[in-house]
Amino acid sequence: MPNLNDIMIMLPEFYLVAAACLLLLLDAWMKPEQRNILHWVSILVLVVGIYLVVAGQPQVTVTAFGGMFVRDATAEILKVFILLCTALIFVFSRPYMQDRKLFQGEFYTLMIFATIGAMLLVSAGNLVMVYLGLELMTLCSYGLVALNRDSQLSSEAAIKYFVLGALSSGMLLYGMSMVYGATGTLALVQLHGAVAQAGMSNLMVFGLIFMIVGISFKLGVAPFHMWIPDVYQGAPTSVTIFVGSTSKLAAFGMAYRLLESGMGGMAHQWQMMLAVLAVVSLAIGNLVAIVQTNLKRLLAYSTISHMGYLLLGLVNAGPEGYASAMFYAISYALMSTAAFGVILALARAGFECEEIDDFKGLNQRSPWMAFLMMLAMFSLAGVPPMFGFFAKLLVLQAAIHAGMMWLALVGAVFAIIGLYYYLRVVKVMYFDKPAEGLEIRPQADGFLRTMLSLNALVLLALGLYWGPLLGWCRAAFAG
Amino acid sequence: MIDTNLLQLICFYGFAAVTVGAALAVISLKNSVHAVLSLVLAFFSTACIWLLAEAEFLAIALIVVYVGAVMVLFLFVVMMLDIKMEQVREGFIRYLPVGIIVALVMLAEMLALIGVRAMHAHVMGANPATVAGLSNTAWLGEALYSQYLLPFEVAALILTVGVVVAVALTLRHRGDKKHESASEQVRVNPRDRIRVVKMAPSRPDEPTSSEEPLQ
Repeated sequence: MPNLNDIMIMLPEFYLVAAACLLLLLDAWMKPEQRNILHWVSILVLVVGIYLVVAGQPQVTVTAFGGMFVRDATAEILKVFILLCTALIFVFSRPYMQDRKLFQGEFYTLMIFATIGAMLLVSAGNLVMVYLGLELMTLCSYGLVALNRDSQLSSEAAIKYFVLGALSSGMLLYGMSMVYGATGTLALVQLHGAVAQAGMSNLMVFGLIFMIVGISFKLGVAPFHMWIPDVYQGAPTSVTIFVGSTSKLAAFGMAYRLLESGMGGMAHQWQMMLAVLAVVSLAIGNLVAIVQTNLKRLLAYSTISHMGYLLLGLVNAGPEGYASAMFYAISYALMSTAAFGVILALARAGFECEEIDDFKGLNQRSPWMAFLMMLAMFSLAGVPPMFGFFAKLLVLQAAIHAGMMWLALVGAVFAIIGLYYYLRVVKVMYFDKPAEGLEIRPQADGFLRTMLSLNALVLLALGLYWGPLLGWCRAAFAG
Repeated sequence: MIDTNLLQLICFYGFAAVTVGAALAVISLKNSVHAVLSLVLAFFSTACIWLLAEAEFLAIALIVVYVGAVMVLFLFVVMMLDIKMEQVREGFIRYLPVGIIVALVMLAEMLALIGVRAMHAHVMGANPATVAGLSNTAWLGEALYSQYLLPFEVAALILTVGVVVAVALTLRHRGDKKHESASEQVRVNPRDRIRVVKMAPSRPDEPTSSEEPLQ
């Protein structure tokens, strides 16, 4: 039976659930003009959540509720960044939501519930928890994508996301039931033991394939990427940024839990599958991104290629590979908040600022925003000495150490191809003439601008001084 | 004398075949009311399979909750919708080959599952409820509220989110909406509504001269 100790281990999650329910009530009693209070309280809730995660950090891996919930260093690091990204999203999206009359309490509540789902997902110790954490997170995402219900594009994106998401959840569940049928257990620890002991059967491989399909859908890896461009483009930018950052961290956590914690004994089986998925995503992501004219769509295809790089780290299937993949996931989440943050800061009522042409001559209109966007683009492209460069370097190194030189070469070639479309955005901002009659002014919210600047500058700072973060990532998988 | 195991196996295959057939009917029938009825059949035969696996409570719950409540609601909704079936079915033939391939792969895996279960019958072990000496329902309840307490609570959270999303997507605040305040209605004083005016009694006036005489 659960006791106080279990609850203390899960304190950050319990606290967030209570806070989310209270926010829901607060919203119900609040007048629309008092919503700003809700905004600041939500940010405070997440910051306190980060404090609880860090302060309650256990020395060794602990489990709660009979192994359902695992609190280890991997989960801790991911949770800190999950909460941080969500807090940044709240800061960045307030003017955007206000301009579009979407500044509702539900936005905050659903975001926090989705964050709880992400945290449960990265801490899952049981297949049931993986599934439920994932559902909690994605169900909130479906609702958030559809939040702008008067927009046809938004509704279309939500329906596509919902149908494909339900399909992928079905696939995942099917794979899980296969694995359960073969091993008779749902707990990841016992599953790991059963795989190591009994070896693999055909049934296990079938189950594994379906689980990888489910993971690929959530990561947005080609050929399971069809929903990504439409959802990125159709969703309100403040939700796109969530799908692109927080939920990618959670998806990495899910992949790690299922593939390593659960099916680690079958690594030689899934390594090759992931390698193929990585090559396909690198190719499709980078090549299709070249022809995009919509920046949100371009970033969607860039996500697909970035998830391909993340898989390069997972392919290694050793501590080094997981550490590099986690480093990559964190770097991608921060880059994505910065890039979408600039789009949010430049958007106005009735003007989304999502076409690449909208960025023409941004340097003359707003040099600082152009500079921040340039940092984000350079980091996404992997230009040294940005954060993204070292992340790419580490995953390529991990692939080489796994004995897959060819894979690393493919990764490097596509990194160079990818340079083109990121640099095109920079070129448009700095060397093109601004379009006539297009007034671009960044949002006046001082706190937003400060945090956005910090976020983009961190990409540079972590590129120059990446030792500690990498050290944490390595330590998380060293044990 | 027929072996009980064999009988069970025959029943399982029978129910499974009905389930698959009904599921196929759900997606291929032209009439959506028939499709919903097929879904009811699919649920029902799934419940029968669960009964075979000695999961009585789940079987009953499936029938009571899904067949009894959810599907009936579904049926009402489908009957109210005016769906042009030809439009809906346009893509069906086009995607049929892919669908058939996927279905065949799934079938192969199902067969693999059955094959492996036959080979590793010991993996599944005995029915835990029987081992614990409890009825299926009691055992399920105990597992749900002890071992699986956390997933149970997370499922509750998911339902909460479902409600929040449903409200967020459907509730429209309109400025011109007229509200009734029940408490104000109850608190109202008769004197605020009706004014009793005292008037001196008077006789009706005599017919005036301006009135035209009847012809």
